[in-house]
Amino acid sequence: MSNEGGFDFGGVKRNAMLEGKGMQVPRAWKTGTTIAGIVFKDGVVLGADTRSTSGSTVADKNCEKIHFIADNIRCCGAGTAADTENVTDMVSSALQLHRYATGRPSRVITSLTMLKQHLFKYQGHVSAALVLGGVDMNGPHLFTVYPHGSTDSLPFATMGSGSLNAMAVFEAGFKDDMSREEAMALVARAIRSGIYNDLGSGSNVDLCIITKDKTDYLRNYEFLQQKTYVRQFPVVYPPGTVTVIKERVVKLSLADVTVTTVEPGATEMDTS
Amino acid sequence: QNRAPARVSVHLSSAMSWSPYTDNGGTVLAVAGEDYCIVAASTRLSSGFDILTRDSSKLLQLSPKVVLASAGMQADMKALQKMLISRHVMYQFNHNKPMSVTAAAQLLSNTLYYKRFFPYYTFNIVAGLDDQGRGAVFSYDAIGSYERSGFFCQGSGKELIQPVLDNQLKAASPLVIPSKSDLTSLPLEQALDLVKAAFVSAGERDIYTGDQVEITIMTKDGTRKDSLQLKLD
Repeated sequence: MSNEGGFDFGGVKRNAMLEGKGMQVPRAWKTGTTIAGIVFKDGVVLGADTRSTSGSTVADKNCEKIHFIADNIRCCGAGTAADTENVTDMVSSALQLHRYATGRPSRVITSLTMLKQHLFKYQGHVSAALVLGGVDMNGPHLFTVYPHGSTDSLPFATMGSGSLNAMAVFEAGFKDDMSREEAMALVARAIRSGIYNDLGSGSNVDLCIITKDKTDYLRNYEFLQQKTYVRQFPVVYPPGTVTVIKERVVKLSLADVTVTTVEPGATEMDTS
Repeated sequence: QNRAPARVSVHLSSAMSWSPYTDNGGTVLAVAGEDYCIVAASTRLSSGFDILTRDSSKLLQLSPKVVLASAGMQADMKALQKMLISRHVMYQFNHNKPMSVTAAAQLLSNTLYYKRFFPYYTFNIVAGLDDQGRGAVFSYDAIGSYERSGFFCQGSGKELIQPVLDNQLKAASPLVIPSKSDLTSLPLEQALDLVKAAFVSAGERDIYTGDQVEITIMTKDGTRKDSLQLKLD
């Protein structure tokens, strides 16, 4: 059977039949999520929570939802984690090739057009809901992208299961031409409101501030709660708890080891 | 010859329909010791992705020696609690003494099975001290099948907590001769520490478990309450 490209839906009937017979459908990891963005005086501030869920279980307590598109462009992703990860990586690579072809820095609307055309082509089956923000030669831009491929251009935007919680904070607190600190505080508050009041969002606040001159990715800008209890009688398994049947020691030849300290927050894609 | 094209009909398994049940989430657990019984329940009430309240109780103290803990649908939990309170008042009138934990266990089983064809959407644990003063834990399914054991866990976090309890508290097999008690030999403080640590871990990974844990500890000296703060996210 020839595959003309795109998704192959041949398994749908079979899956429906199996589901009817009681098969447990494997769950995709979704990012539950609260993501938000704001345009302020000098640029844009993007924010996201860090919880990823599989059904009602937390799959990753500290995942990264603010994705790299270009030095001056970032994208927050809600929806199916694999979809947001892959679509942003794909557009980021395509944009790099585009920069080489044109010899110019990237525009935010270019990444927007690439994303929306990709998502529309897949008719909503690529479940990525994005908040795209950046600063280019035409100034700061903030867009939302929906799974079916529609987009909006907005001064403030939220997406994900916690979007209503975050939007309530924005509607109450947004004003034009905020300072950097005001914008950061408002976005952090909006994400926190999603973290505490939406069960699909949780853990920490990530922020990213993009201006004409630089981009600051503040991973775990707010580390909200530690575990609330420390064990008084920790369980320690003494050596010998598990019977060792066979042991084999392999000596590794010493390689040349260099230790470099990584700056916290320096998680940008290495494009060299 | 040409085959007629196969009829394709894919039935959408997610057809919209009204359900009388909702799951309000939350986890309950109970641990029985030689002379104590610990019952704990999370206090978060949720519906879908929303939190309805951070501060609701899943525990009902039927008598100083009997506690009912219910996870599942709160409306059915409230109805079940009213039913049992009413039957307990009648029992005390007729027998001139409060219900023992074994009597309450049987009563709950009968009450649940009474609604065999429109069940209470509750996953229950009855716990307390038996007539010999030893801990007792009874666990139920939605329609009243029950079993006495040394510890049990119900609710949204049960798959996260039960294996930990099995690992730390599980007694020898019931087939061993002479028979070993299924009650844990851990002292009260250590068992309480385990319960709290288990809830904190469940709170990390289960979105429906969080806010606070309400704990009731029954010993021969009486009943005392404890609580544990959990994460609010």
